[in-house]
Amino acid sequence: MSQTLSVEGAAPPARPTTPAPRRRNAPGGVARARQRFGWLFVAPFLVVFVTFLIVPLVYAFWMSLHTKTLALGERFTGFDNYAQAFSDPQFLQGVGFVIRFSLVLIPVQMLVSLAVALVLDALTDRLAKFARLMIFVPYAIPVVIGAMMWGFLYSPRFGPMADIFGLVGLDAPVMLSPDNVFAGLLNVVTWQWAGYYMIIIYAALRGIDPSIYEAARIDGATNTQIALRIKVPMISSALVLILVFALIGTLQFFTEPQILRSVAAGSIDAAFTPNLYAFTLAFSYSQFNYASAISFALGVVVFAGSYLFLFLTRKKSGLS
Amino acid sequence: MALNVAEVAPETVRQAPTRRRRAGGPGARRPVLAHTFLVLLVLYFALPLWWLVVGSTKNINGLFAGSGGPLWFDDEFHLFDNVAQLFTQGGGLYWRWLGNSFLYAFSGGIGATVLSILAGYGFAKYRFRGRNLLFAAVLGSVMVPMTALVIPTFMLLAQMELTNTIWAVILPSLLSPFGVYLMRVYTQEAVPDELLDAARVDGAGDLRTFFNVALPLLRPAIVTVLLLSTVATWNNYFLPLAVLSDTRLLPVTVGLGQWQAQSQSGAAGSQLWNLVVTGALISIIPLIISFLSLQKYWQGGLSLGSLK
Repeated sequence: MSQTLSVEGAAPPARPTTPAPRRRNAPGGVARARQRFGWLFVAPFLVVFVTFLIVPLVYAFWMSLHTKTLALGERFTGFDNYAQAFSDPQFLQGVGFVIRFSLVLIPVQMLVSLAVALVLDALTDRLAKFARLMIFVPYAIPVVIGAMMWGFLYSPRFGPMADIFGLVGLDAPVMLSPDNVFAGLLNVVTWQWAGYYMIIIYAALRGIDPSIYEAARIDGATNTQIALRIKVPMISSALVLILVFALIGTLQFFTEPQILRSVAAGSIDAAFTPNLYAFTLAFSYSQFNYASAISFALGVVVFAGSYLFLFLTRKKSGLS
Repeated sequence: MALNVAEVAPETVRQAPTRRRRAGGPGARRPVLAHTFLVLLVLYFALPLWWLVVGSTKNINGLFAGSGGPLWFDDEFHLFDNVAQLFTQGGGLYWRWLGNSFLYAFSGGIGATVLSILAGYGFAKYRFRGRNLLFAAVLGSVMVPMTALVIPTFMLLAQMELTNTIWAVILPSLLSPFGVYLMRVYTQEAVPDELLDAARVDGAGDLRTFFNVALPLLRPAIVTVLLLSTVATWNNYFLPLAVLSDTRLLPVTVGLGQWQAQSQSGAAGSQLWNLVVTGALISIIPLIISFLSLQKYWQGGLSLGSLK
């Protein structure tokens, strides 16, 4: 899912390029007839795009404006479902959680992946190569399996936590207890995604012209100065991009809490995140109209939020 | 980060010195700190996988109270027993799930790739009416959170009476706006207009030009999009969880999730922990192999998305 998002930061400038000059040269009638072939190439994708993106979105919006009751059947209720959602303590609790979670997770994840990428960029030996692969591997593992493995590791019954903490003479924390579940999930998500973000940053670092470093070194810059004053600013667009992915991903938080729910007796309830709540409403209580309102509201918030963020940062930092 | 280090620390006490010595070649004094950092990180990122490998050799008793502890092998070795039990449990249900995952991932992935190649080429090389508007819509859709689509997609599929069929997973997986974007960017750079014009002058039609001239030039991007979309479908959890209810149709991710929940809540007799662990290990092997062997492709693809 997440790689889907890498597009946005970059996309707009790529738009107007090649075809303009060709058209000018080509004689009108024939050329225009040929350009219509473009539709032929785009059409199959377009069918899927409309069927599985546009129609579901419109349908969700339509559903969210209706309410179904036994007595009255399905009827139009305007924005009642949305009003209900924003005064529903369970929904608000989930929203609060994902916001708090993003506020902690995103800085942690960015710092880890940036630090790793900077170290890997400075080293070229075999250990660095090996480390790069090992750190990336969690990305290749399904989120479900990742969450399960950590569920096992956290388990007081068969995880190694007691042994590890025992070595330093401490009692192992119960990572999925109500107090620790925040940190427990933070660790799972960081483990799963840091490698992916690291690769994006690493690729951006590799794209910098090394002669800049030499120039800086001649001017007496230390390695740390080069890293912080040259490398980091030069890859700021990659960092913005990661921030947006992480934000979109976290607001949609679903799989990890869903998987760990059965293990974390009571710490993760059915309204733990908005997506989990919508899922429960739809499939456990058959409240499809209300669930649609929550899904749609979440979608709009994520879409508008990431769009606004990209727009603001583009203007501010002069990103291309 | 403090959290991560804490979990890993005891391991490094054992391992770090050997690593450091190996790296300490000529003139390698400085990176000791950097190397220690990397070794700690590698241990942290490998910890769950190591646990999984060790766990897959244990039976249920061994998982709870094995002689080797959670992070080391027991005296008894049950990997083959576990694999054998995967064949008998539920009549080989696990292998059916794995087969389903392959079916969904490849049909969804190949379909999405074909659509992306065609659309990317159309967007890159034709200037048809409404192109810019349409492409802007495709780009915008990249930011629509896919999970927000799951519930309406389910309702839609239910009206078409497609829920609980393989199509309920495969058809929505054909949607890959990112693939279209990637193919468009790549086509613009890798397929020169002059080449297409030359083919047309020689009398090749648009379709022939596409198949014989453009397609061979797009190979690297095709592999990237195929890998990314196949893996995305393989890893999908929310969609199949919502649209499938027949146990025999589940992909391996959802199936293992069910076994895990069942083992957690069930009585001793219905516990399948050893199968969950061994099954999880087997299911990630194809993914890790394909990522490691196709490194240059996905690395190119990921950076293309971010740098461009």
